[in-house]
Amino acid sequence: MKAQTVKGRFAGLSKLGLYAVLLFFAFLFIFPVVLMIVSSFKPDLQLLRDTSSFRAFLPVGDLSLTNYYEAFERAPIGRFVFNSIFVTLTTLVLGLFLNSLAGFAFAILRWPGRNIILSIIIATFVIPFETIAVPLLLIVNTLPWIGLDGFTQGWLNSYHVQIIPFIADALSIFLFVQFFKDLPGEIIEAARIDGASWWQIYLRVIMPISGSVIATAAILKFLVMYNQYLWPLMVTRSEEFRPVMVGLQYFFQLNTAWGELMAYLSVITVPVIIFYLMLQRAFIESVASSGVKG
Amino acid sequence: MSDMSNTTALPPSKTSGILSYQNREALTGWLMAAPVIVLLFTFLVLPFIFAFGFSLTNQRLISPNPTEFVGLRNYQRLLTIRSLTLEPERDTAGNAIRDEEGNLEYPRLRSFTRNNEDYPQLDGLREWQSWQRGENRVYLLASDTVFLRALLNTFLFVLIVAPLQAGLALLLAILINQPLRGVNIFRAIYFMPVIISIVIVGVLWSFIYDGQDGLLNTLLSAMTFGNFEGIDWLGNPRTALGAIMAMSIWQGVGFHMVIWLSGLQTIPFVLYEAASISGASAWQKFRYVTWPGLRNTAILILIVITMQAFALFTQIDVMTRGGPLDSTQSIVFQAVQRGFEKQDIAGGSAISVILFVLVLLVSVIQRYLTRER
Repeated sequence: MKAQTVKGRFAGLSKLGLYAVLLFFAFLFIFPVVLMIVSSFKPDLQLLRDTSSFRAFLPVGDLSLTNYYEAFERAPIGRFVFNSIFVTLTTLVLGLFLNSLAGFAFAILRWPGRNIILSIIIATFVIPFETIAVPLLLIVNTLPWIGLDGFTQGWLNSYHVQIIPFIADALSIFLFVQFFKDLPGEIIEAARIDGASWWQIYLRVIMPISGSVIATAAILKFLVMYNQYLWPLMVTRSEEFRPVMVGLQYFFQLNTAWGELMAYLSVITVPVIIFYLMLQRAFIESVASSGVKG
Repeated sequence: MSDMSNTTALPPSKTSGILSYQNREALTGWLMAAPVIVLLFTFLVLPFIFAFGFSLTNQRLISPNPTEFVGLRNYQRLLTIRSLTLEPERDTAGNAIRDEEGNLEYPRLRSFTRNNEDYPQLDGLREWQSWQRGENRVYLLASDTVFLRALLNTFLFVLIVAPLQAGLALLLAILINQPLRGVNIFRAIYFMPVIISIVIVGVLWSFIYDGQDGLLNTLLSAMTFGNFEGIDWLGNPRTALGAIMAMSIWQGVGFHMVIWLSGLQTIPFVLYEAASISGASAWQKFRYVTWPGLRNTAILILIVITMQAFALFTQIDVMTRGGPLDSTQSIVFQAVQRGFEKQDIAGGSAISVILFVLVLLVSVIQRYLTRER
């Protein structure tokens, strides 16, 4: 995203003034994260005392990793992190495949019913997940499953209950459709003339040149899945399957141990922030492209 | 039979199968789309239809009684509002009776809303709002004051958050769009709250809003040289919803900034040059070049923010759970609380349906107001 130079739009504001405003907002958006990370190294007493001054943002005083040790003792954090990553990645991989395949069918192939079905899919954007969560809970509770321990009824307390309902994704499908529609028709035409089947065109011609939209869909879906909260709260009953956001409950008992809580928040957030900072261009362009074409 | 229409694009060997070219294409299309159609139907459309169905029954999660069809009773329970005008008590001479402090005395409200055979339509209702009109006192009575509060709060949230968030996001986008060294770093920082879970953001801000030594109180106290009395931002019914609005704007503004930014970058540079040549001021350029160029972006952002604001839930659940004194109830929080925690699936579903209808209405109105003229 190159900033197109718009000279003189802020002719009156000096550069210095602009930087001051930019820095002010930067502080505004970053301070809770700084507070979280810095606090995670402080003992509770000092942590609470420091909030009455700007020491709250400074790594000063009695710093240690004690909060981290204690947080790991309090809750099976490794398990939570594993669960979140496993659920997120599995949903991501299956979702990217099926949603791009459907996007290809909607954008490129001609078949009866495709327009009406695509309109219905896009219309589902306006349904907030929380409002269908309870009926969905009843539905998954009646579905059968064949797993390692044979045939079971009801999907509660498992990985698949956290994965399967989220594979198909209206936003991803929409992004793929938009991207595929803009591809030049000649490349598909050429492949058809060479005798390629539609499946081959999808796999060998289209997907290899769709890196950017795949990244967009993956990033948006990653954020949704890693940050899942209400649904796992409803469907997981044991530690074995709980993801990171539900694990947060372990740190809200009678007296909140703020130091340990901050350590846990840092453990589950900082890797995402680093990942984001490394790929920030892709992250931001994902959001931009989800908006531009709407 | 229909093979002929496509002969130019056809490899000869592929036309000899049982299926014609078009039929083969149609079949492949269906096969490719089928998995997501089945998944979306089962896990999105079906629960949506169920919500409509449940809202017309007395379904509970666990109940000794069989589920029955109850028509619109759940909606009636949520939305009934009646007014009642009470005249002051009068003595035999017809003068209004006053108590020692000079206040008018009225018959007790309970005598109308509890088993009063003359007022069957008021049975079980509670006071929602009241005001004075002359000597009379006017009451608005409602069957579900908590839900009405949630409805009102959600509208308030939408009406305040949508314009503020969109406006601030536009301001940031214009700042970031300046030709300055290092703007990409600022852009990355402004966007960062978007990638952090709203659950975590909620916990962090609860800490910042804390009533004793929370950072916000510390800051305000420092700015006023100690003249600021600390407020328990989330514990005070007057400030809790505002605090949640501010945090929500903080968290989401980077998202909309990026969408504005991509809109800004579609405006051709020559338009600004032309404006410069004709001597336009910075404001005139914004008013006559930038803003018209952002029309479609503005519509999109308005719709997205409205939808997100109507879905207000996680912040509430993490930070206040609707309290204090129901001052932060929201529609979706009520839907989840009734449907899941109180296991009143029918009641929760009715609330969900009301939300769908509201969102639909609002998007139709927005479409109408922003239509191409």
